[in-house]
Amino acid sequence: MALTGIQIYKLLPQTNCKECGFPTCLAFAMKLAAKQVELSACPYVSEEAKAQLEESAAPPIRLITLKSNGYEVKAGNEVVMFRHEKTFYNKPGLFVKLQSSALEEEVKSLAKRIHDYCVNYVGIELQVDGFAVEDDTHQPDKLKATLAAIRSVSNKPVMIFSDYPENLGPALEQLDNEVPLIGCATSDNWEKFADLAKRFKAALAVKADQIETLAELTEKIKGKGVEDLVLVPMGKNLGHELMLQTQLRRLALKANYRPVGYPTLAFCSSQAQMVQAIAKYAGFLVLDAFAEDLLYPLLVLRQNIYTDPQKPIQVQPGLYEINNPQPTDPVLVTTNFSITYFSVANEVESSGYPAHLLVTDAEGMSVLTAWAAGKFDAERIAKAVRAANLEEKITRKRLVLPGAVAVLSGEVEAELPGWEVRVGPREAVDIPKFYKQVLQVN
Amino acid sequence: MPVEIPKEKWPGSVLTVTLGALPSEGGTRKRVVTVGGETTLPFLHFEGEIPNPPVVAIEIKDRKPDDWSPLLLEAWKDVIDDPAQWAAAAEAAGADLIVLALSLTNRNGEPTTPEEAVANVKAVLGATGLPLIVLGPGQAEVDNTLLVAVSEATKGERLALGICEDKNYRTIVATAMANGHLVIARTPMDVNLAKQLNILISDMGLPLNCILMDPTTGALGYGIEYGYSVMERLRLAALQGDKMTQLPMIVTPGFEAWKAKESKVGEGVPKAWGDWLSRAINWETLTALTLIEAGADIVVLRHPESVKRVKAAIEELMAAKTLVS
Ligand code: B12
Ligand code: SF4
Repeated sequence: MALTGIQIYKLLPQTNCKECGFPTCLAFAMKLAAKQVELSACPYVSEEAKAQLEESAAPPIRLITLKSNGYEVKAGNEVVMFRHEKTFYNKPGLFVKLQSSALEEEVKSLAKRIHDYCVNYVGIELQVDGFAVEDDTHQPDKLKATLAAIRSVSNKPVMIFSDYPENLGPALEQLDNEVPLIGCATSDNWEKFADLAKRFKAALAVKADQIETLAELTEKIKGKGVEDLVLVPMGKNLGHELMLQTQLRRLALKANYRPVGYPTLAFCSSQAQMVQAIAKYAGFLVLDAFAEDLLYPLLVLRQNIYTDPQKPIQVQPGLYEINNPQPTDPVLVTTNFSITYFSVANEVESSGYPAHLLVTDAEGMSVLTAWAAGKFDAERIAKAVRAANLEEKITRKRLVLPGAVAVLSGEVEAELPGWEVRVGPREAVDIPKFYKQVLQVN
Repeated sequence: MPVEIPKEKWPGSVLTVTLGALPSEGGTRKRVVTVGGETTLPFLHFEGEIPNPPVVAIEIKDRKPDDWSPLLLEAWKDVIDDPAQWAAAAEAAGADLIVLALSLTNRNGEPTTPEEAVANVKAVLGATGLPLIVLGPGQAEVDNTLLVAVSEATKGERLALGICEDKNYRTIVATAMANGHLVIARTPMDVNLAKQLNILISDMGLPLNCILMDPTTGALGYGIEYGYSVMERLRLAALQGDKMTQLPMIVTPGFEAWKAKESKVGEGVPKAWGDWLSRAINWETLTALTLIEAGADIVVLRHPESVKRVKAAIEELMAAKTLVS
C-alpha cells in the first residue's frame, strides 16, 4: 500500500541537506508520495529505507508477463474489486489445454487451428493467447515431443504442467529465450519447481485448496528467489472457486497481504467456470477443449468485462463508403458507438450493396441511447450531412434512418429540404432485405 | 500461517419476494417461489446468507412468435401453437417459473382482446403448477387493458405483472394492489432511475416486497457490461442499506441473446463463429451466467438447453454453502 508523505519522511535521513533540490526532507517526502520525484534524488537514504519504500510502491497484485518469440501475455496489476470503480486492466489470458498423450499429428493440427483462430468483434481481432501442455503420460520425452509439435506450428506462449517437476527439463530446454508458466508447485514438490523456475527463468504456478497453504508456499518460494508466481486456488466446486478468488483479491487489495499478491489461474472445464473466471478475477484461464462456438462468446465476454467503463468503444464519426457507392446510391445514417457502427457496416458490406454510411458524432452511444440522451436528432443528422458535403456529392438524395428512430423522419425532412427520408429496418440484419425489397424497387 | 480473510459487514440486505400463491393462500399454485434475502454479494457464503438460490424462468408466448430465431421454433415445435402445452413443456424442461408474454395481435393478425388474454393466462395456469409472470406486449395502452383484465380474472394468484416503466406504471400497480399480485419495474440501466421508479411505485401503496426490479440488460457483445455493472452497483447499494435498491433483480438474457445476430443467423456468417446451434445456446447461457454472477435473482431464458446449464451452475454455486459452515 502506498505510504503517506509523513510515513516516508520518517524513513529519510531528516538532515535537510537540500541535495535533492528541496529545502527539507519533508518537502522531498511529500513530492515522493505524490510520485513527482524519484527516490534516487536523495543520496543518503539507507538501504533498509530504500527496500521499504520500494516494497510499498510495488503494485498489490504483481504483474506477470509470459513471453515467447513475438508474443506477450500479461496478468496482474489490478487495482479494484468491481469494474465500475475504475476498470479491469489486463484481460485474462486464454490458454487451451493439449495433452502429451495425444498423437503428434493431432497436436500439430489442433495447435495450428488454435493458433490461426481469429474472430473480429467490433473491429477488434480476438485470438487465443497460447497453449497449456499437460504431462498426462508422465513421460519427459512425450512432453518434449508435444511441445516441439506445438512449436512447429505456433510461437504463442506456453504453460507446462506436470505432477513431476523432473519431467519438465527436456521440454523447457527447447524453449529459446521465453518466459513460460510451469507448474503446479504444491507443498510436496515446491522446492524442485522453484529450482526449475529459476534455472529456466519461468513463471511458476502454485497450487493449493486453501489460502493459508498458498501463502506459505509463495513465501517459501520467494525465499528461494523466485518471484514471478501465479496462484491456482483449487475450489471444490464453482461456488468455492468464487469464494477463493474473491478472498485472494480482497487480501491483496484491501489488506495489502503480500503473500497472495499475485495473479490467479483457473483450470476450466464447464462454461460456468469460464464465465466466472473472466468476471471474477482470474488472470489466466486454461480451457479444457477448443471449440469455435464457445471461444467466440468467451473472447467477447472478456472484451466486454475489460472495457473501460468510463469510455465506450467508439469509431471516428464521418462518411464511410462501402462497396464503392456512386452518387446515386443511398446514404445510411447511424451513430459512432462501435457496436452499432460495425453491426451496420458488416451487414452492408457482406450484402454487396453499395452505401454511403454516415456516422454521426453521438458521443459513442447506441442509436436509442443517443436518441434518448439528445445526441442523435434531426439537427445533428442534418449537420453531419452538410459536414460530409453530401449535398454536393449525392445526386439522388435518399437518406435512410435506423428503424428504431422512425419518429425522427418528419423532423429530418424539415431540416433537409430536397432529401427523400426513408425509415430503414429496426435491426441491421434486415438491411439486405430492405435493399432488395425497398431501395432497389424505387 | 493463519490468514485473516477480510469480511465486509453489510448493514443492509435484499428483501424477499414470493411469487405465486398456494390454494391455502387464495391461489391455485402447487409451488411458490421465493427470491431475495441475500445479506452479502452473490454466493459469498463465507460472509453472509444466500437463503434463496437464483431461479430460472422460461419465457413462452400466447401464440407462435413472429420474430423468434428458427432454432427456438425448432426447440419448442410441438407446443409452440398452444400456450398451455408450451407451459407444461417449459415446466418439464426445468423451469422454476413461467413467463407468459402476450402478443399485440392474435393468430389471425387481429389485435389481442382482453378476453383472449385472460383465456390464455387461465389455460397456462391450468397446465402448470408453477408461479406465473405475465407481460403485456409493450405498448402502454394495450398493456394496461390486457393486464387489468388478466389481473382481475386471476385475483389472489400472486402473479407478477409487467412491465412497469416510468411512463406507464400507475394502472398496472393499481390493479396489482387490488388483486393481490406483484409488479416488475424496469428502468434503463441506471441506479438512480431504478430507485426513482421503485419510490414512485411504493408511494402508490404497493409494499416493496411485491416489487421485482428489472435494471435492463444487454446481450453478450451488445452492452452486457453496462447492465452487469449497474447490477453490481445496485446490489452494493442494497447491502449498504439503501432501501429503494433492496428489491430482487429480474433480467431477460433470453430475450437479449436471441435478438443478437449470433443467435438469429446461421448462414453467411464468419467461420470463426462456429456451429450455429451451439453458438446460439452458448450466447444465451453465457449472458445468463454472467448476470447471475452480478446478482440476478431471476433470469428469464428461452432455450431448454440453456435452462439446464444455468440451473446446474446455480446448484454448484449454492452447494458451496456447506463448505463454510
Ligand atoms: C447499453 C445501453 C445503455 C448504455 C450506453 C451504451 C452506449 N454506449 O450507447 C448506458 C447504460 C450508458 C445507457 C444510458 C442511457 N440509456 Co440506454 N440502453 C442501453 C441498451 C441496454 C442497449 C443499447 C445497445 O447498445 N444496443 C446495441 C446497439 C448495436 O443497438 P443500436 O445502436 O440500436 O443499433 C442496432 C439497430 O438500431 C440497427 N441500426 C443502427 N444503425 C442503423 C442505421 C440504419 C440505416 C439501419 C437501417 C439500422 C441501424 O442496427 C443495430 C443492430 O441491429 C438499451 C436497451 C436494449 N436492450 O436495447 C438501452 C436504451 C437504449 N437506453 C435507454 C435510455 C432511456 C437511456 C438513458 C437516457 C437513461 C437515463 N435517463 O439515464 C441513458 C442515456 C445516456 C446518457 N444520458 O448519458 C432506452 C431508450 C428508450 C427509448 N426507446 O427511447 C433503452 C431502449 C432502454 C429502455 N428500454 O428504456 N444505455
Ligand atoms: S537529499 Fe535526502 S537528506 Fe538531503 S534534504 Fe533531500 S531528502 Fe533530506
